[in-house]
Amino acid sequence: MSEPLVFRFDVDGDDFTSAGQASVQVKKNLRQLGLLPEIIRRVSIAMYEGEINMVIHAGGGKAEVQVDNECVTIILEDKGPGIKNIEQAMQEGFSTAPDAIRSLGFGAGMGLPNMKRYSDEMNISSVVGEGTKIVMKVFIR
Amino acid sequence: MTVRQLTEIQGFSPVVLADPEREIKNVYIGDLLSWVMGKAQQDDAWITIMSNVNVLAVATLADTACVILAEGVLLDADVKLTAEQKGVNVISTDKSAYEIAKILAKANE
Repeated sequence: MSEPLVFRFDVDGDDFTSAGQASVQVKKNLRQLGLLPEIIRRVSIAMYEGEINMVIHAGGGKAEVQVDNECVTIILEDKGPGIKNIEQAMQEGFSTAPDAIRSLGFGAGMGLPNMKRYSDEMNISSVVGEGTKIVMKVFIR
Repeated sequence: MTVRQLTEIQGFSPVVLADPEREIKNVYIGDLLSWVMGKAQQDDAWITIMSNVNVLAVATLADTACVILAEGVLLDADVKLTAEQKGVNVISTDKSAYEIAKILAKANE
């Protein structure tokens, strides 16, 4: 592949039960491309956490996945409230998720740490009141 | 041990057997989904008391061998349907997570 392959998704912020659809679709697409299972697992977990975050905190957003010869790049963009303190948000166990979300088994404060753990590079840019953009890369080689 | 073999043990019932010959290599126990997502390994039997639809997404993405619902937890009909569609193995039992883990540990000795 010389041109990167691009998959785009709208993440629905209202429907918590369908959260994860984009990640599951990406997993299928990457499997069809014949990537190694461990790479696919890392990409889909990192993306799922991002997707869930957009549903919990930002009322949804947009996800884009690019695949080229070197890496898989996941770009997540939302127009949510932004992250006040990124360093704090990156700590395992820190969460601002409401109780209703916790009762579903989320809000353990593992989302961003998992995204960092499963990607090779992660970059967060966030402006309070405007939104958040996260770019993650998982290298294929 | 395969997922099918586990369902043949007394006290375990198949809820959805999408891929019955899948081998169970290890066990992970947990109910916080992001925690499970971060720590469960491929081919684990995942023991949980959570039964909402997001469990299926986590099982699919973490690529666990099966979900074992402990303590008599059941799946709603619509979640069961989604498990069938997504091809997620789900087993239910009245046993506690500890009892299930002991059985799996013995079987994998």
